[in-house]
Amino acid sequence: MAVANYLYLSAILFTIGAIGVVVRRNSIVVFMCIELMLNAANLAFVTFARINSNLEGQVVAFFTMVVAACEVVVGLAIIVTIYRSRRSASVDDASLLKR
Amino acid sequence: MMLTAPALGYLLLSPMIIVFAAAVIGVLVEAFMGKTHRAAVQLTISIGALLLALVQLWRIRDISSTTAAVNSVTIDKAGVFIQATVVILALIAVLLIADQDNFTAQASALPGSSEEAVALSQKNQQTEIFPLFMFAVGGMMLFPVATDLITLFVALEVFSLPLYLLAGLSRRRRLLSQEAALKYFLLGAYASAFFLFGAAFLYGYAGTISLAGISSAAGSANEVFLLIGIIFVSIGLLFKISAVPFHSWTPDVYQGAPTPVTAFMAACTKVAAFGAILRIFYIGFAEVQTMWRPIITVIAILTMVFGSVVAIAQRDVKRMLAYSSIAHAGFLLSGVVALSKDGLAASLFYLMAYGLTTLAAFGIISLVRDSTGEVTDLNRWVGLGKKSPLVGSIFAFLLLSFAGIPLTSGFIGKFAIFSAAYESGRIEIVVTGVLASAIAAFFYIRVIIMIFFTDPVNDSVSVVIPTVKSKLSIAVATIASIILGLAPSLLLSSATNFATFIK
Repeated sequence: MAVANYLYLSAILFTIGAIGVVVRRNSIVVFMCIELMLNAANLAFVTFARINSNLEGQVVAFFTMVVAACEVVVGLAIIVTIYRSRRSASVDDASLLKR
Repeated sequence: MMLTAPALGYLLLSPMIIVFAAAVIGVLVEAFMGKTHRAAVQLTISIGALLLALVQLWRIRDISSTTAAVNSVTIDKAGVFIQATVVILALIAVLLIADQDNFTAQASALPGSSEEAVALSQKNQQTEIFPLFMFAVGGMMLFPVATDLITLFVALEVFSLPLYLLAGLSRRRRLLSQEAALKYFLLGAYASAFFLFGAAFLYGYAGTISLAGISSAAGSANEVFLLIGIIFVSIGLLFKISAVPFHSWTPDVYQGAPTPVTAFMAACTKVAAFGAILRIFYIGFAEVQTMWRPIITVIAILTMVFGSVVAIAQRDVKRMLAYSSIAHAGFLLSGVVALSKDGLAASLFYLMAYGLTTLAAFGIISLVRDSTGEVTDLNRWVGLGKKSPLVGSIFAFLLLSFAGIPLTSGFIGKFAIFSAAYESGRIEIVVTGVLASAIAAFFYIRVIIMIFFTDPVNDSVSVVIPTVKSKLSIAVATIASIILGLAPSLLLSSATNFATFIK
């Protein structure tokens, strides 16, 4: 199978994530969409590592996983705190700050 | 296979190592020390580390190396200048942050719960804000000197993640503050995903993750990958400096976050992010400038006009300064578009001048209160200059500096940056910049008129007597800002000397 197909897959995953962030209302789901985007970027890195036949892209993928894990910790901390004080994880309910 | 240990230039990295070490020590202090002296110890560690970092930066000011940490970090003159700017602004900001009165005693307690009341009444104030602050400062120092895509991404996250948490730690109006943290986090993570995806395509284009490699690959590889890479990486970066159309988080987060954190965020994030943008565009993308210069020019123009026009309609002083910071991001982008040594020097000066003014302005905002906390509604600021002439005049001076009235540091910064853009043939940006400054001057002066020339309403709003720390912080920032306006050559000449990036 051509390596370029993985790039198309990565672009599709990224797009699904990017659209999901905009249209979904539950902050956990929005956050999962962001994780999907990060993983799409990882797939692109690994594919490019294969195309360029060097290892740098795979190293980046490891770093991204670590950073994504840190992001999960901080993100869930914020979302859980909000949920506890409002009993809702919807991003639409968080609208006290005027537009 | 033999693995060789990477050679690290510890002297060159020492400013960052000191700051990160202080952050780690701060975490331990938070975990193991009793509550009585903890805040004082944390503050001492933070200030000590920042001063030490500043001394180290002074020692390495003449050294340049592209191999400070293998090929990931480049210490050069402009890098050292930007790092020093971050550290100096952080030193002033930490004094504002040390005013624990602004932060929740226990972030995990529900707003309005008995847990929160107990923590407050027993003065059981958590001080995790100091280590978080130091981690953010460390990330901000790494971001502008990072020269490969991994280090850029990691540094971006290292300074962003603590900021998301800091935004949610306000003591009063906690729901607003938590909401600001949620918005900042979701949009910030969204933007960094774009950055990472763009980085993947830059790697695909150049076959290497170093900025120098991307620059030297110009013309030899698939240009589509490069274009996708530049666009997506720029989205991530433009979000951090809140350029239009990636600005929508700025007013909400600036308004909701505790004011000392807003001050830190507004001043230091802008310096770090612009440092990185300047390096990426001046070194990584300089060879392919025809691809990005027109786009960034349009974004700069949109940003200045939008920020200045929308600021007029604001009724909340923190939101007004947020829109003003958007406008200033536009002015600063003209230094990026200039793509010349003058443009870099002008940006360095502008960042320092803008950072000092912003810190002082938010410091003043944190002093204007009624019985429930800070008052940020502009209608209630009416006549404040009559109630408290000193605070009123300092705030008026800072607003004039934002507006860029002659004899203030804002004027010198704008003049330098617009003349650099003009020299590079970007006349359209200079014309819009001057027009946008005129619009901006209107709303700054409107606020000054409200503060001084309108009779005070019978209201409980008053200026609290600041603590010594806040007083010191506001005084230093204001005096430095005045000096930069009256004797700009002090800083402008060193900014010119330091305006070199090395590949």
